[in-house]
Amino acid sequence: MGSFQSLPDNHQYRTLSQKTGFSLEQIGILHNRFKQLSQNEETLRRDDFKTIQDLESNPIRSQIIEAFFDKRNFQKDDVGSVQEIGFEEFLTVMSYFRAPTHHITDEQREEMRRAKLRFLFNMHDTDNDGTITLEEYRHVVEELLSRSGALGRETAKGIADAAMLEVASISVGPMAPDEFFEGITFEQFLKILKGVEIETTMHIRFLNMDTTVLCK
Amino acid sequence: MKMKMKMMLRVSLLLLMGFCCGFVFGDQNHSDHQVQRVFPVISINYDYVQMPFEVSLWILLASLMKLGFHLIPHVSAVVPESCLLIVVGLLVGGLIRVLGGKVPVLDSQLFFLCLLPPIILDAGYFLPIRPFSENAGTILMFAVVGTLWNAFFMGAVLYGVCRLEEHLASVDLLSCLLFSSIVSAVDPVAVLAVFQEIHINELLHILVFGESLLNDAVTVVLYHLFEEFAHVGEVTALDVFLGVVCFFVVSLGGVMVGGVYGVLAAFTSRFTAHTRVIEPLFVFLYSYMAYLSAEVFHLSGIMALIACGVVMRPYVEANISHKSYTTIKYFLKMWSSVSETLIFIFLGVSTVAGPHAWNWTFVTITIVLCLLSRVLGVIGLTYIINKYRMVKLSGKDQFIVAYGGLRGAIAFSLAFLLSSDDFPMKDMFLTAIITVIFFTVFVQGMTIRPLVDLLAVKKGKQSKSSINEEIHTQFLELLLTGIDGVCGHYGHHHWRDKLNRFNKRYIKRCLITGERSQEPQLISFYNKMELKQAMMLLESNSSASLTTASAIPQQRSRRTLNISKEREEEIRKILRANLQKTRQRLRSYSRHTLMPDAEEDDWSETRIRKQRVEIERRMSHFLMVPANRSESPAVRRGHFESDSRGQTARPSILVLVPGDSENPDGSRTQNPDGSAQTQNPDGVQGSRGHKLSVTFALGGEEQNLPRCLSDPGPHNLLEEEELF
Repeated sequence: MGSFQSLPDNHQYRTLSQKTGFSLEQIGILHNRFKQLSQNEETLRRDDFKTIQDLESNPIRSQIIEAFFDKRNFQKDDVGSVQEIGFEEFLTVMSYFRAPTHHITDEQREEMRRAKLRFLFNMHDTDNDGTITLEEYRHVVEELLSRSGALGRETAKGIADAAMLEVASISVGPMAPDEFFEGITFEQFLKILKGVEIETTMHIRFLNMDTTVLCK
Repeated sequence: MKMKMKMMLRVSLLLLMGFCCGFVFGDQNHSDHQVQRVFPVISINYDYVQMPFEVSLWILLASLMKLGFHLIPHVSAVVPESCLLIVVGLLVGGLIRVLGGKVPVLDSQLFFLCLLPPIILDAGYFLPIRPFSENAGTILMFAVVGTLWNAFFMGAVLYGVCRLEEHLASVDLLSCLLFSSIVSAVDPVAVLAVFQEIHINELLHILVFGESLLNDAVTVVLYHLFEEFAHVGEVTALDVFLGVVCFFVVSLGGVMVGGVYGVLAAFTSRFTAHTRVIEPLFVFLYSYMAYLSAEVFHLSGIMALIACGVVMRPYVEANISHKSYTTIKYFLKMWSSVSETLIFIFLGVSTVAGPHAWNWTFVTITIVLCLLSRVLGVIGLTYIINKYRMVKLSGKDQFIVAYGGLRGAIAFSLAFLLSSDDFPMKDMFLTAIITVIFFTVFVQGMTIRPLVDLLAVKKGKQSKSSINEEIHTQFLELLLTGIDGVCGHYGHHHWRDKLNRFNKRYIKRCLITGERSQEPQLISFYNKMELKQAMMLLESNSSASLTTASAIPQQRSRRTLNISKEREEEIRKILRANLQKTRQRLRSYSRHTLMPDAEEDDWSETRIRKQRVEIERRMSHFLMVPANRSESPAVRRGHFESDSRGQTARPSILVLVPGDSENPDGSRTQNPDGSAQTQNPDGVQGSRGHKLSVTFALGGEEQNLPRCLSDPGPHNLLEEEELF
């Protein structure tokens, strides 16, 4: 903590900065938060997330927490999930929420977009088969509506079905009566969310964080 | 026949003669008192109806003009409507003058009290909240700081010029400042008129438009301030300080007044379940009262109106019937359209009316300064704002924002209100303002469209509401709120989430009737979408005769389902029986659930009753949605025909049973022959015969469809209305 980091930390920060794109200051702040959450240990566990009060009322809490422990998000081409993560993995997951800087090229923007959408896709595709099946999508919608009780559950099915339908019609077009639609692939996912400007909407203002007002 | 015609002709001739005589006699009576007074059969009394007659004539003229422009295809593509209307106004004014009559001038009271409110209410009620709140900081900066900069910069330079020029030596600093504060405000009417034809992207639209709405507070304060000062004659530091305080009072006061009326309107709408007919009236009246109340205290009426519309909209829309919603929408559009047309025509007419005092220097300097100060202001402010924005404003955006700063009738009316005693240069001001308005509307209005194309500014997307996008927008919001929590700081999303929760827990409960207060946004969005599709489908099918409609679905069913005829009949019978008993609001899209394999007879009375109860309980807003057959199973079956509108809805009634409760494992498999089935754990696959539950058109039931959708059966009337 503080401005005087020991040399290894600084060096570590620099490599992390290069890898994830955060500035040194942001990494410092996030490291503080990491230490706060993990109670000064080296790794973070699922239980540590449960202490965050703001997450309690969030309907998709479990999915968010899972995303932190999902190896697919660590950019190492691994699959499965882990029990505990270190600071590097924490930072990697956070890097998905960086905002695009002003002067990035179009390819970089596209790449960032793909990365963020991949993160979302991984959140939905829990069994990692490369497609979001109807069941998984339904689960997503049910979670979204889970705060509204029975009413939500019933309509969730309808909504999920409608959504799948839309994807099918957009991506596959008219299908013959004997074809069927397995699930949403990543490419289709990209297509249907074309209208949402992911790279600018999915971001957190890391720079405005002040360590003194970190909430519990 | 011939005899009859002759008779009729004779009778009518007689009557005509009788009228003429009566007329003549009636007239004669005025001049000749000695003649016996004959009953005047026909007489003219124009004075009695003069006022309403003239008003109606003007409105009729305006509407006919509007109609005419759209019939001439080429002109309306090049020239924005506002320009054409001003030209028409000029012509009409010229005509009246030539005929020797007195040319009417745009009366400021009429303008502010009758013509302006509908436009602002229309804008405020349909204001897109999300982009507005996301860019609120930017908009406020442009509105407040930008307008102040414009006013003072222009005032100062103008004063300098006036010092140099001998004719204008009498124009003092205060007058210059007042003039520049009137001219520098971007006008919402003109902006709306021009921008809605060029379809630029949402961000730019909301920036310019939001600025034009919010700068009203600044304009009001500056106007009254300088007018007071000019009257009094001197300015002290205290006065300046009070001016600043006044600004806050005016803007915040206006918003509060609007908010209070908005809440009242929302609360009233909660109880209108039994008097649906007057629901729109409440919306209009409360909004207008908000405007008038704000004007009483010299608060910003425009901001009050906007606040009222914004506050009351979500609650009112949840409470009122669909028809009332449509009524409100169309009335607002109609009134605002007519108002806009009248305003531009009157601008043209007032130009002819004069009186004018043309001064080359003053006018040209004004125009040049307007442009210059706007450009400088936008560039300077954007430089500062971009430091805090995620989505930076590019040069192109800045250009459009600067170029889109049009002036309009508000400036004219404010100038018109000036008293000639305090401002001997009033005529010169008026002339200059009219010239500026003409310049911005004609030159900038006409050239902005080709410039937008030239610069390849991003156009607004034709948003077809996509349920996937809606789901993901909500998902993202929750995700970002969660990540905010993990990061540990109170960000944007945290506060928005808190506000939503507060809204849901306390406010919605007070202001929205019944169960709908608990309805999450996703569900209401989904319902609305379904409703829309149902309506669209109904409209597109209404021309098709019932016979053909019933034939086609049968054909399709035969093609895709291969159910035996007797089966179909049986099923149809069962369904008909049920449909007639209840208003079965059956959902579309929930098809997967099929009856478990062997037993269609499982479709027992109890099951149906249970379903019915469930559906009724949910108080769904669904009508009999003609859903596509391919529907859910489209996910399975996926046979789509794209019709002209959408990809999904098909002209068949889907009767579906949410049968998921019956199938615990709920795994769906696809069948090569395209039917959806649930696979039981023991692996029994249904054969073709079991697809019945899913989709097929009910030939006979088609007749019920229109009835239920638009005109419920006699005993269901009350229910239908309540639904909405």
